Amino acid sequence: MSTYSLSDGLASGAPRASRAPVLATWLRESGVGVLASIAWIAFGVSCLWWEDVGDWSRTHSLGIAAFIIAAIALFGTVGADYLGSPGKALHKRAPWLVALGVFLTLWEVATAKFAWLPLPFFPPPQSIIEVYTDDLPKLLDSVFASVKLQLGGYLIGATLGFVTGVSIGWSRAVGYWAHPVLRFIGPLPATAWLPIAFFTFPSSWSASTFLIALATGFPVTVLTWSGVASVSNAYYDVARTLGARPSFLVLKVAIPAALPHVFVGLFMGLGSSFAVLVVAEMIGVKAGLGWYLQWAQGWAAYANMYAALIVMSLLCSGAITLLFSIRDRLLVWQKGTVKW
Amino acid sequence: MVATTPLAEIDAHPSAGAALDIEQVSHAFDIDGTELPVLSDVSIAVEPGEFVALLGPSGCGKSTLLRLVAGLDKPKAGTLREDEARITRPHPSRVVVFQDPTLFPWRSVWDNVALGLEAQGILKSQRQRVDNALDLVGLASFRNVYPHQLSGGMAQRVALARALVNDPKILILDEPLGKLDSLTRITMQAELVSLWQRKGFTTLLVTHDAEEALVLANRVIVFSDRPARVKADIRVDRPYPRHRGDPYLGDLRRQILGLLGLDATW
Repeated sequence: MSTYSLSDGLASGAPRASRAPVLATWLRESGVGVLASIAWIAFGVSCLWWEDVGDWSRTHSLGIAAFIIAAIALFGTVGADYLGSPGKALHKRAPWLVALGVFLTLWEVATAKFAWLPLPFFPPPQSIIEVYTDDLPKLLDSVFASVKLQLGGYLIGATLGFVTGVSIGWSRAVGYWAHPVLRFIGPLPATAWLPIAFFTFPSSWSASTFLIALATGFPVTVLTWSGVASVSNAYYDVARTLGARPSFLVLKVAIPAALPHVFVGLFMGLGSSFAVLVVAEMIGVKAGLGWYLQWAQGWAAYANMYAALIVMSLLCSGAITLLFSIRDRLLVWQKGTVKW
Repeated sequence: MVATTPLAEIDAHPSAGAALDIEQVSHAFDIDGTELPVLSDVSIAVEPGEFVALLGPSGCGKSTLLRLVAGLDKPKAGTLREDEARITRPHPSRVVVFQDPTLFPWRSVWDNVALGLEAQGILKSQRQRVDNALDLVGLASFRNVYPHQLSGGMAQRVALARALVNDPKILILDEPLGKLDSLTRITMQAELVSLWQRKGFTTLLVTHDAEEALVLANRVIVFSDRPARVKADIRVDRPYPRHRGDPYLGDLRRQILGLLGLDATW
């Protein structure tokens, strides 16, 4: 009781903070947001103030857009108390907004305005915007082709890898035959198969699907297998004394217990399959973002390359985010998993 | 007794205990080609509904005997029978509660308790039994919680419910209270006795704690060092609930500790 009243007294003696100047408090709370707004105004000004050294059509619109973002940042910061969760989200990301605004300003000045960076190789922001507006159909086609190829190959590889991994982990006979094959072929980078795959498969698309499936399948197999193999015997004992049949032991004990490992395998498989996808598209398949990159390089269209790279990284990051959110949903029972 | 309806429902189909005959059972482990004998010519006849404690030095082979009774392993020699039927494989009429709760971490408390019924394919029609078993161990409000959120005592209660939901004829307890703190242990000992009295299953309890054996069991079997042989078979003829300070139990305890070679320390 006495400690309670003591801490109450401390709490009531605290209004010293509110006596501090209101402006200082406000600046501490919202200063970064205001700074973000200033950074984006700087970007907008840097777009509109000087003449472009080259011929780009989106400079003006980009400047306007920068001012709009600056305005949103400013109003979002000032009105944070009335905006609820969007206001909080903005507050949390304000430092990044500052960094981004500064970076874009420097980029704009260093390329479009004074050409400090050699020009065709370092295109200004507005030329990348130009790609997104003017070359959109082709870019979308490429995105669609890449997603289709990646998804098909990944799903096939993940499914086969999962089934193989469970079989090896569960059955000694399957392990006897599959293990040496896996050890011999698995570590080979899937891209090493490229030349063979492209003339043995009927189409470059099926060859690429095979390669992506291969790149996905190996890590998924190995990690599923190790997951199943490391399931504690105590779990099986418990299930068996409760009347479980072998099918129950596989489906309801081994697989759920191995699932955390399986997701590590799926994550690793995703990474290596991205690499295969891009290489396959650059070399064989006449569609997709990898092909778009190659094509852009052929025409020395560097802005297109950067534009495609940005799209590609958004897609890859999005795929991993999706995988992790599926994992988080399936593995809620785990505590303290890696955040993405 | 108490006006909780779920308990009454459970009592509507009580599981009477089964007789257990362990006849001249010997067992050994193969360790790198050499045979390590763990049980030597063990014979025990357990009456239906008896509470038998198996007591012995640690590592003497008590837990091995439990695995044989459960049907998880086969003995090298001898036979085990449950109500005259030879034990060859695990069956939900003989359920084990292990020292570790070994709850499945990916299943909620309710789903863990439902495990046996699900494995036997009868969960859909008998979901009520899971709720009843959770009521029985007093964890009905924790049904949706995952095992990592439970304390040790609660987890072991869930493991007990997971066993009891199958209405076992023989409940096999492998030091189930060994890792609990002493207060939780005393509470759960009382709970075990009242469950056993209410349901009437035969109970086999492995423990290394002479006091626990004497408070719970109506028969204490003392084993020798490995390979385990039956050294003494002691009847504990005292009514429940038993009092820890009972001088009769104190005498028995001294006698048992003497058999285990610990009389000098007590």
